[in-house]
This record gives sequence, structure tokens and C-alpha cells, in this order.
Amino acid sequence: MDTEILGIVTLFLATVVLAVPLGRYIARVYAGERSLLDPVMGPVERFFFRIAGIDAQRQMTWKEHLKALLTINLVWFLWAMFVLTNQGWLPWNPDGNPGMGADLAFNTAISFVVNCNLQHYSGETGATYFSQVFALLFLQFVSAGTGMAAAAMVFKALRGPADRTGERPAARLGNFYDHFLKSMTRVLLPLSLLVAVLLLLNGTPQTAAGRDRIATLQGDTVEVARGPVAGFVAIKHLGTNGGGYYGANSAHPLENPSYFTNMLEMWAQMIVPLAMVFALGFHLRKKRFAWMVFGVMTVGFLALAVPNMVLEMRGNPAIDALGVDQGSGAMEGKEVRLGAAASGFWSVATTVISTGSVNAMHDSTMPLSGMNELLAMMTNAFYGGVGVGILNFFVFIILAVFISGLMVGRTPELLGRKVEAREVKIAVIVTLLHPLLILTGAALAAYAITRHPDLGWLNNPGPHGFSEMLYEYTSSAANNGSGFEGLGDNTPWWNISTAIVLLLGRFLPIIGPLAIAGLLAGKPYVPAGAGTLRTDTATFGVVVFGVIAIVAALSFFPALALGPIAEHFSR
Amino acid sequence: MKTRSSTSLFQRDLVLEAMKQAFVKLDPRILVRNPVMFTVEVGTAVMLVVSLLVAFGERSQGSLGYNVAIFLLLLLTVLFANFAEAIAEARGKAQADSLRRTREDTPARLLLPDGSVRQTRSNELRKGDRFVCEAGDLIPADGEIVKGLASVDESAITGESAPVIREAGGDRSSVTGGTRVLSDRIVVEVTGEPGTSFLDRMIALVEGASRQKTPNEIALTILLAGFTLVFLIVCITLPAFAGYAGTGLTVGALIALFVCLVPTTIGGLLSAIGIAGMDRALRANVISKSGKAVETAGDVDVLLLDKTGTITIGNRKATAFHPAPGVDRDLFIRACALGSLADATPEGKSIVELAGPAVTRGLSLEGAGLIAFTAGTRTSGVDLPSGTRIRKGALDAIRRSAEQAGHAFPREVDAEVTRIAANGGTPLVVAENEQVVGCIELQDVIKPGIQERFERLRKMGVRTVMVTGDNPLTAKYIAGKAGVDDFIAEATPEDKMAYIRKEQGSGRLVAMMGDGTNDAPALAQADVGVAMNSGTQAAKEAGNMVDLDNDPTKLIEVVEIGKQLLMTRGTLTTFSIANDVAKYFAIVPALFITGLPALGALNVMRLHSPESAILSAVVFNAVIIPLLIPLALRGVAYKPIGASAILRRNLLLYGLGGLIAPFLGIKAIDLVVSLFC
Repeated sequence: MDTEILGIVTLFLATVVLAVPLGRYIARVYAGERSLLDPVMGPVERFFFRIAGIDAQRQMTWKEHLKALLTINLVWFLWAMFVLTNQGWLPWNPDGNPGMGADLAFNTAISFVVNCNLQHYSGETGATYFSQVFALLFLQFVSAGTGMAAAAMVFKALRGPADRTGERPAARLGNFYDHFLKSMTRVLLPLSLLVAVLLLLNGTPQTAAGRDRIATLQGDTVEVARGPVAGFVAIKHLGTNGGGYYGANSAHPLENPSYFTNMLEMWAQMIVPLAMVFALGFHLRKKRFAWMVFGVMTVGFLALAVPNMVLEMRGNPAIDALGVDQGSGAMEGKEVRLGAAASGFWSVATTVISTGSVNAMHDSTMPLSGMNELLAMMTNAFYGGVGVGILNFFVFIILAVFISGLMVGRTPELLGRKVEAREVKIAVIVTLLHPLLILTGAALAAYAITRHPDLGWLNNPGPHGFSEMLYEYTSSAANNGSGFEGLGDNTPWWNISTAIVLLLGRFLPIIGPLAIAGLLAGKPYVPAGAGTLRTDTATFGVVVFGVIAIVAALSFFPALALGPIAEHFSR
Repeated sequence: MKTRSSTSLFQRDLVLEAMKQAFVKLDPRILVRNPVMFTVEVGTAVMLVVSLLVAFGERSQGSLGYNVAIFLLLLLTVLFANFAEAIAEARGKAQADSLRRTREDTPARLLLPDGSVRQTRSNELRKGDRFVCEAGDLIPADGEIVKGLASVDESAITGESAPVIREAGGDRSSVTGGTRVLSDRIVVEVTGEPGTSFLDRMIALVEGASRQKTPNEIALTILLAGFTLVFLIVCITLPAFAGYAGTGLTVGALIALFVCLVPTTIGGLLSAIGIAGMDRALRANVISKSGKAVETAGDVDVLLLDKTGTITIGNRKATAFHPAPGVDRDLFIRACALGSLADATPEGKSIVELAGPAVTRGLSLEGAGLIAFTAGTRTSGVDLPSGTRIRKGALDAIRRSAEQAGHAFPREVDAEVTRIAANGGTPLVVAENEQVVGCIELQDVIKPGIQERFERLRKMGVRTVMVTGDNPLTAKYIAGKAGVDDFIAEATPEDKMAYIRKEQGSGRLVAMMGDGTNDAPALAQADVGVAMNSGTQAAKEAGNMVDLDNDPTKLIEVVEIGKQLLMTRGTLTTFSIANDVAKYFAIVPALFITGLPALGALNVMRLHSPESAILSAVVFNAVIIPLLIPLALRGVAYKPIGASAILRRNLLLYGLGGLIAPFLGIKAIDLVVSLFC
């Protein structure tokens, strides 16, 4: 087999194999059972809870979970706004970078709070070491922790009644702060340390010193931006944040120096979302259910990733037509050290998983690869971001349970709870939101640029330009954060409109599933009987996949037809 | 209902009525209840305006014929949907009318407090009034017999020609309006105001007006409204996209896309499915107080059934005489027959029957004192003029009286009694002058075919529980023989309640069939309570369904109707949404082909022209509704093959089918349409 493909297959298998034990570990952590890091992290956590005056043992209702989650996010947003607008005079700014303007700071703060990292600035010149570490890197940790804590509550809500007392899980949903802090101390922080050290050993800088000045082989001198990069890059992937230290993200030679670091970063972005799926299975003691979820996600993922690898490795037919050899694939916009296969795979991994880091320019991928990248974000449920991926998937499960419940002639049930009008209503609203945000945003932008071409944010005419606008809103709504690039997006219009899309696209899909889970947790538990429709079967998986494909993907068919599909056919 | 309404779905008069109603239902105030079809009607109105504009010279919207064609097709789509609902209503009404005819205004003889009788009309009767019925009279209203006994022909309601006995007191005291008294005289107290009887409620349920949506229907409506909104967003944003791409969109094409994408198939058939479900219940001779009850029946996990009359035929029958050692067999049988001759209980009669005419012919009770059974003595018998006292009764009661009189209880009889009980029989010990002379074996006769019915219920996922007053040993034997999953022995009304509560506490839905007044609390507590029409008024009030046929296994049919109702909705929703894939492939290339010729590659069906593609999709979308009306009215077939297997089957049939069918259908229609444009 081609070594490039072999590398990818090995990576994927390694991720799955390691995700299972990590999932078991995460399930133990949320269940409050004894685990590996108790002696190290136990005292740290207790210290934090003591100074914050939080009783981590207190059980919260789902509404209290949401209140805590939203409140603490608001605080972080205000902190980030302050740091970003004032970074010019704040300490640790060796390169003398200026503070951000209000609209850019607004966009940046929101996009890091919502775990998206849509970057309308370049890290080298747009941020300082202080803001990179204390605003952006900090948010990369806590936003990932927020998603995981939300998922943890859903896990607990889906459990059966207590073994001895028969108490409904509504009263045992755990404590948001407990879930949140442990997500970081027990999962994200240790893994980040590991990844950061490995990156460090492979050439990624981690320094407080300012820019370096080097002489190139051509004889001219260039300034090389440095800083606390390794730690930043580690959590950027582990937390599926995707915001690069540098503007070029993981295509930058210091952010992603080698084939090994490339593999490491791919592993790092996939490991936690995958592990969360297995954690669900371990936590509920329903491993088959987790495998069903994993199966559907994986089929969806591979259906997008394999074509991209093939397309990118095959090369650009337009260049073929010129008689140029493309033995190594379509290399425009790609890094030679990483190759076409790894870039094609990454392009889908980073979009399904809501990381949004890039190791090649998506703008330059084949039109249909671009379509798959868009589709990955439009469905936004194949693995998905840390914690939130499983929440998105949960909404589709609700819809699938409802439809298939009717199809077998039984009031729909999920894991022993009846799914009724209220849950369906919430699930419908959440599902509706995604096309609403993406299509409305893209329509407004398309309308504006058609009427006023002098707005000038498009560098490419025709379908490709349309794809760029569509991509930007898709990336925002999916909290992905990758850019198709080529779009002049640091303008008030884009900064503010995408920030609004980001906010809605983040919090409604958290509020919705938490509300559904909370409502379900309060319902009487019906033990599975002979007539119950099992949700851990391949057949049910087909229904879930069908719902995702038809509801999530098909709504975008006309838009995709005008963008990447038109581009593909009109070459 | 002897002539169960003809099986034809489309009777001429009903179709004509439904066609008229289809137009009446175009009223937006009515249609707004159905969000999907309402948006289609709005689209139709827009197309009317566009067609008029084109007729008066507007150039940018395509030809007049094309626009008018779209307008007409959309109108047809709405009319088809209205027709579906109307035909379901018409069928329901026809069914209800045939029932209602039986309760048209009939003469009634009102019994005044002073004892005199006044002629009046049935619709003048109020709750609490008493009326008199004699042989040949039609009973004017639902009520409870307060005095007398009569044989009643209930065939008008149940279709069962054998007359039934109704009498005051006990569990057979209720009569239904429209049935005819065949013999004797009864005084009946009216139990409901006119218009509030079960039948009136049922009629209201099949007539759309007062029909309440069931919880599942509400949830589905929300889902469909959600789909409609998604596609509304898709269509509203499309002109901006097309504008960017430099390709104009006609209003007709856009509205056609919208109407094709929204789930019109299920949206149009949704209420028809609900009404047809109630109608099917009615055809099964089950009157339901709400649509919800029928749906709930589809979810039932546990079914409580009375043993007597349900699992076993009637009551226990005597099957053998076991004289004590040293007692002459013929004399023993004679004593048994004598002791039972005056006993009107089914058990007593069966003893006389078993003894045979040869023994009983010469017997006379002239001058004998009859001792009736009481709960206190738990024995019955006669005191013959000769001074002989014959008693039969439960083991312990007879044993006590024998031992009090200083007689030993024969060990052999004791052994026999134990053996009978272990075999599910009931032993009746017989004593003559307090001396035990033997015992009679009573056995339950299990209804033929009942095991198969329970097996079918089990496959549906319903557990059956037998309720009986028998002792646990007997109950266990019969339960095993009949194939029920569980039993409640020596059941009191409290036991039934406790059992239902326990099952409900662990999240199960419980159905219960009952007829007696003492069943009423349990019927009310159960999620689905089916009262026999022959049962007491209290039982009928407590349950949420009444079975006119008094068939205790009717629940199987009700469960199937409930399941069919949900399945029909689910499968048609799946079908409707799966259709969208083909419709996208038909319309999207047609929309943009002028601006972006490259998108012609998406025209996988190779449709003739953009206009023909759009028209074909709209035609398919409209025509599929009437094509599916029979399915909506009959319901998707339910087979008890397990939930996962049903899902697989329906997914293949309606999911995959829904994916493929429109590709074929639209292509075929396009071949025809392309001849004209």
C-alpha cells in the first residue's frame, strides 16, 4: 500500500484503539470513581473549590447546569474583550503589537469563548504573548471544558433510575463545576502536557523571547515570530479549538514542523471527541449503543474523508491538461512535508470535528473536496467538537427515535424515556437553527456583494467566491473556525455577523440538548420490553444516518449546487 | 352493524360528499390547523397572482400556460389533501350514522315519581329519569336497570343475534339505547344527558370538528412544521444565491421547489390517518372516548384479563364425582343432584347436568328447605322433608361442621381434594347429615384458540396477566394451561389496583378489561380500561373504551389499531421526506441551468426541459397524495415480528421505496409532460 495511505490508516486505527480506554477513563472521572490522577489532581481541585466556595458534591438541576454554564461563559467573554482591546499596553508584548479594534476583539473573544476560533487576525502581529496565553489559550481550555461538562450532564441524564432507591436521574445530574474542572484537570491538561512536550521535542517553539532575526540562504534577513507556541498548539487540537498561534495555522513550519507532528496533531484533535462517544457507552453501561453512535459517525466521516484523500492525491485535472506531472497529488496550497493524503484527510478531520485548524489551504482543495469540508460542518455531528459533537448527535438521535418509534407503532422512547412533543420541539428548533444561520448569512452576504461589488471582500469571482462566503458562515455556525481563506473577512460586517452566528450556533445547540436531556431525566423510566425498539442496532443507526443526511445535508443542496458543485462541473 | 360497512374504500356517495368538502376545506381558517398544507395554499395564492400578472403582460416569469399549470397543480395538491381528510371523515360519519340510526328519536315511557307512566320521546329523557320497557320496546336511552329482569336483543349494536339477559343489581344491569327488549318488564334509570353518551362522543371523534390531536400527532405536527420551516429558509435564501450566480429565478419555480420539498404527502394525509384510526376502532365495535386512548393501546405492555369468560368458557363445570370409600356411587350422585337441584349458580347447574336426566328425573324437592350459599357459611344445600341434610361447599367449611358433629374427615377424600386442586380444579365437598360422603370435581374449560391469541400478544410485546378469585394452586394450573404470563390469585379489587399501580410504577402501561362495578377503580387506574358493553354503568364510566361485542380479547385488535395508527404516520413521514432527494435532483438543475449550464450534469434523470422537470415534480407531488389515500385509510399492515424487524421492513419499503419511487415517477411523468412542452 501507498505509504501515505498507510500512514493515515495507522493513525486512524491508533486513534480508535486509544479512544476506547480513554473513554472508559473519562466515564470513571465523571462518575466520581477512583481514577489514575486522584493523588495529583484531587488536592488541586479541592483547593479551587475551596477558594471559589463551590460545593462540588451538590447536585444541580439541568436549569442550574445551564445557568452556571452561561454565566461563567459570559465572564470569560468580558475578560477576553478586556485583554484583547488592551493588549497593547498590557505586559508581555515583546513585539509591540497593538490592541485590537472593537469589532475584531468582539469577533475574536466570542469565537474563542465558543470554541470556534474563527480568526480574522494573524497571531504574529494581531496578538501579544499575554493575550495569546491569558486570553486565547485560557479560552481554548475552558471552552473545551464547557463542552465536555455539558456532555457529562447529558450522560448522567440518560442513565437509568438509581439501583437501590429507583430515584430518577433528574435529581442526580451532578455538578457543572465539578464536571467542568475535572474535564480540564483530568483530561485536557494532562493530555496537553503530553502533546506539548512531544511538539517541543520536534521543533515547535515555547519561549518568552520576542521575534528572532535570521538570514536566509538567499542572503536577506527575515523576522521569525516566536512565543509560547507548543502549549498553544497542543490544546488547540485536544480541545478541538483550532485557533492557530500563527496566521497560517498548522501549515506554519513552526506550528507543525514535520510529518510526525502532523500525525500527532491529527491524533490530538480526534482523540477526545472519539473518546467521548465511548465514555457515553461506559457511563451508561450501554456499550452497544456507543458502538452504534460510533458506527454512524465513522461511516459519515469516512464517506467524506476518503473522497477527499482520493481527490487530492489524484491531482487537479486542469493541471493535468497542461501536461504538468502531479505525481504527488494536487499540491497547490499544501505543504510538501505533509503531502496530499494527510492534507486531504486533515481537511475533513478538522471540519467534522469542529477543530478548524488547517494544515493546507482549503481554498485550494478540489471543488468537491471543498464541498465535503462544507458538508462536514453542515452536518456537524460526525464526531464533532469535544462534548458538543455528541450533543449535536443527540439531537439527531431524538429525531431518529421519534420517526422510527412511529414506524414501529410505539410511542417513541430513548433509553427508557418517552420522547414527546416538548423534546421534539426543542430538537426541531436546534436542527432548524443550523440552516437558518448558514443560509441566511450567506444570502445576506451574497445579496450585498451582488448589489455592491465595491464592498470588495471577494477575491475570487463566480462559484468559488460564493463557496468562500458560504464556508465562512458554515464554519461559524458549526463553531469550526477554519476559513476557506481568500475572503477579506476582517471588516465590521463579517466580524459582527459571524460573531452573532457563532454565539447562536454555540449556545442554542448546548441549551437544546441539555434541556431535552433534563426533561427526559425527569420522566418515568420504562424498562425495555419485548415491544421496545432497540436503539443500539445497525437498523437504528441507518435511521440516524438517514435523518442526518436528509435533514442536515439536503437542506444545503441548492447552496452547494451553486458553489462547489457548479465549480466542479464548470472546469 | 350486522352488515359491516362494505369494504370498498370509495363508495360513490361518500366520494361525492368528500369532493364537495374538499372545496369547503380550502377556507384558510380551517386549513391553518395543518401548517404544511396551509403554506401550500399560500403558495397557490401567490401563483394565482403571478398567473394574473403574466396574463396582463409581465414577461419575466415564463409563459402563461406554465404558470397557470403550476397554479392548478398546487391547487390540486391542496384539494387532494382536503379530499383525503374529507373521505376519512365521510367514512367515519357513515359508520357513526349507522349507529346513530339506532338511537333516533324513539318513543319512551317515562315513569313518574307517583308511579304513573307518561308517554314521551327519547330525546326528552334527562339523567336520573326512569322509564319502563316491556317486551318489544326499543330501549330509548342508555341506562341502568333498577328493577326487573329482561332478555335484550343487542344485535343492533353488537351484531350478535343471541339475546342477553339484563337484570337489576349486579354486573349485568346496564342497557344501551337502541337495543330491544324481548321479554319481561324492566325499569331503567337514565345515566346520561342526551348527547353525552359514549356513542355521541365517538361520533364527535370521527367528525373532524371536535377531534383533538393526540400527543403523538402534536409532536409529529411540530416535526413537520420544522421541516416546512427548514425548506422555507432554503427557498427564501435561494433568490439571493441565484442573484449572485447571475441566474434569474421565476416565482413559479421557487414555489414549486418549496411545495415539492415540504412534506405535503404526510401533511396532507395526517388528519385522514387519525380519523381512519378512530373509524377502524369503531368498525371493530370498540367505542373509544378519545383518540389518545387508541394510541395508548398501541403502547400497552401489560394486559389484565379476568379468567372467567375470557380465558375460560363461562364458569367452572362439574366434571367428576368422587364418593368417599364405603359410599355407594349412585347414592352419592343422587345426593349431589338433590343438593344442587335448587342451586341456580352455574356450578350447581353443571352438577345437575353431570348427574344426568336418568338420576334427576325422579327427584323432587317438595317440602324441602333450601339453604342458599352465603359468604359466611360458604356452603349450600337442602334440608329434605325426611330430615336428611345435604350440604356441599368449600373444604374447610364442611370439615369444620363435620368435626363439630364428631365425624372424622375421611383421609381418602382429603387426598382427592388435594389432587383436584393441584390439577387446577375446584373441589366441592359433599356432606350428608354432617358426614362427609365424597367430593365433586369442578373444572375450568379453557376457551379454544386462546393460547394462540396470547402468543400473538406476546409477540407484540404485551404480557398477559390472568385475574381470578381462585386459590393460587388452581390459578397457577389454569395460567399454565392457557399460556398467560402471570396471574393474580384470590384477587380482590384492591389486589387488582395494587398490581396495576406496581406495573405503572415501574413505567409500564397497563390495559385492563372488566365489566363489574368492582372493576371500576381498576379500570380507571389502568392506562387503557376497556369496559364490556354488558358491564355496569360504573365500569363503562371508569374505562376509556367500551367494547360493544363484550369480547374480552378485543384488546388485541385495539392494540393493533393503535400501532397501525402510529406506523402509518411514521412510514408516510419517512416516505414523504425520502421523496425530497429525487425532487431536489429534478428541480435544482432546472432552476439554475440558464445561468450555470454546467449544473445540467445534476439532471441525473435526464428530464426533458427545465419547465417539464418542474412540472413533473409538482405533478408527482400532487398525485402521490390520492395514490396513498387507501394506505392512509386502511393503515400500514401490522405484523407481530418484533420492533427491530418491523423497522427494517418499513425502512426498506417506505424509506428506500420513498427514495427510489419518485425518481421513477418523475421520469415517467416527464416523458408524458415533454409531449406538451
